[in-house]
Amino acid sequence: MSRYNRHIILSEIGQAGQDKISNAKVLVIGAGGLGCPILQYLTAAGVGSIGIVDFDSVNISNLQRQVLFGTSTLGKNKAEAAKQRLEDLNDEISIVAYPKKLTHCNAVDLFHKYDIIVDGTDNFETRYLVNDACIISNKPLVFGAIYKFEGQVSIFNYKNGPSYRCIFPHPPEKGSIPNCSEVGVLGVLPGIIGAMQANEVIKIILEFGNMLSGKLLCFNALTLQNSIIRISRSEKTIQSVLKNKETFHKKKIDSICEIEVAIVSFKDLLSKKNIQFIDIREIHELPKIESLEVTNIPLSQLENNLDKMDSEKNKAIFCQSGIRSKRAVEVLQKLSIENCFSLKEGASEIKTIITEHHKISSNAR
Amino acid sequence: MYINIKYFGQIAELTQTKEENLEFSGIIVSELVETLYLKYSNLRTKNFQIAQNQELVSMETELTGNDIALLPPFAGG
Repeated sequence: MSRYNRHIILSEIGQAGQDKISNAKVLVIGAGGLGCPILQYLTAAGVGSIGIVDFDSVNISNLQRQVLFGTSTLGKNKAEAAKQRLEDLNDEISIVAYPKKLTHCNAVDLFHKYDIIVDGTDNFETRYLVNDACIISNKPLVFGAIYKFEGQVSIFNYKNGPSYRCIFPHPPEKGSIPNCSEVGVLGVLPGIIGAMQANEVIKIILEFGNMLSGKLLCFNALTLQNSIIRISRSEKTIQSVLKNKETFHKKKIDSICEIEVAIVSFKDLLSKKNIQFIDIREIHELPKIESLEVTNIPLSQLENNLDKMDSEKNKAIFCQSGIRSKRAVEVLQKLSIENCFSLKEGASEIKTIITEHHKISSNAR
Repeated sequence: MYINIKYFGQIAELTQTKEENLEFSGIIVSELVETLYLKYSNLRTKNFQIAQNQELVSMETELTGNDIALLPPFAGG
């Protein structure tokens, strides 16, 4: 009897489907809590070629959830220890261990060798690296992430679908969101989330079922509540990654953490009160906006003029194009000045919007 | 109108509830977020995205639904 009999007798899979699984090449990044169940099920299912990337070694505190390891593999590299265990599970497939760190330098070349990439990493730096490298190498990404008792699953970059950056455009500030080693995690949770990721991989290979592309599944192990959030592709976000394709391999991993800045459109503020408009352009820059009450604080003088900020009001900061205003908000956030946001539009656009708004209101009279 | 707000991950720890109903009369999503900032001052320091009626939306989106969720990114694996 065939090893894959229980797949083959399913009319939805059959021998043809099992052949597709045998021909698939899947790369799993991270052989930890998520990586272990992902690898276990993909190996058992007979995925023909599996790559495992992990530079870390097995620690006693991993054994509570990382089910491929045991006391005999303590101290061993995780990619190699996983390969050893998985080869016993299935000796008919090819497994390659990459016992090294994934970097901007090696990611894209490595991804080109596989059909599907699976994210089982435990930090934002690597998650954004994996996401961007998938966009650049045009590979589908099966994403999973966990926090204590909750998990998220999705498929990114699949047939022109959204990417992780279409949900969270920038990595959070370093240290602002803890990982499992800092706050703990229910051992079964990565088992559930990792098995869901393996399930999505198989669905991509077999091209059946409803895939999680364009959807983020949020699972709570305590309440057993599942929410599926629809997400759409941001072409602008994807293009901004592709724009840096040529220099991607030179990027340093630590440089990607930026502060999140709230960006608001001026149009949405026209009817609002309690807003202080702050022009952070230098004094000589034109056009001036006379029809709006504006506080002028040039960016170069920002930190010396904090007293001009009205602490009772929301501060809408603008410049010529929206770039310096974003930087100003970053500076203010670091100084713990609250209620600041950057305006999407520059001064000329703001002026046009005000003129048009006045026309509409006087016509209405 | 009454809005049902769901909190996930670290955000739920900060609000100390997974879910609540709020009466709210604003027009756009960012106004609701401002209201939540007043209620939970530490929320301002958190990274999250908003879903309205199970769809991810931007801060400038008009509030049309009764179902709002605050989704933080998760690091762990």
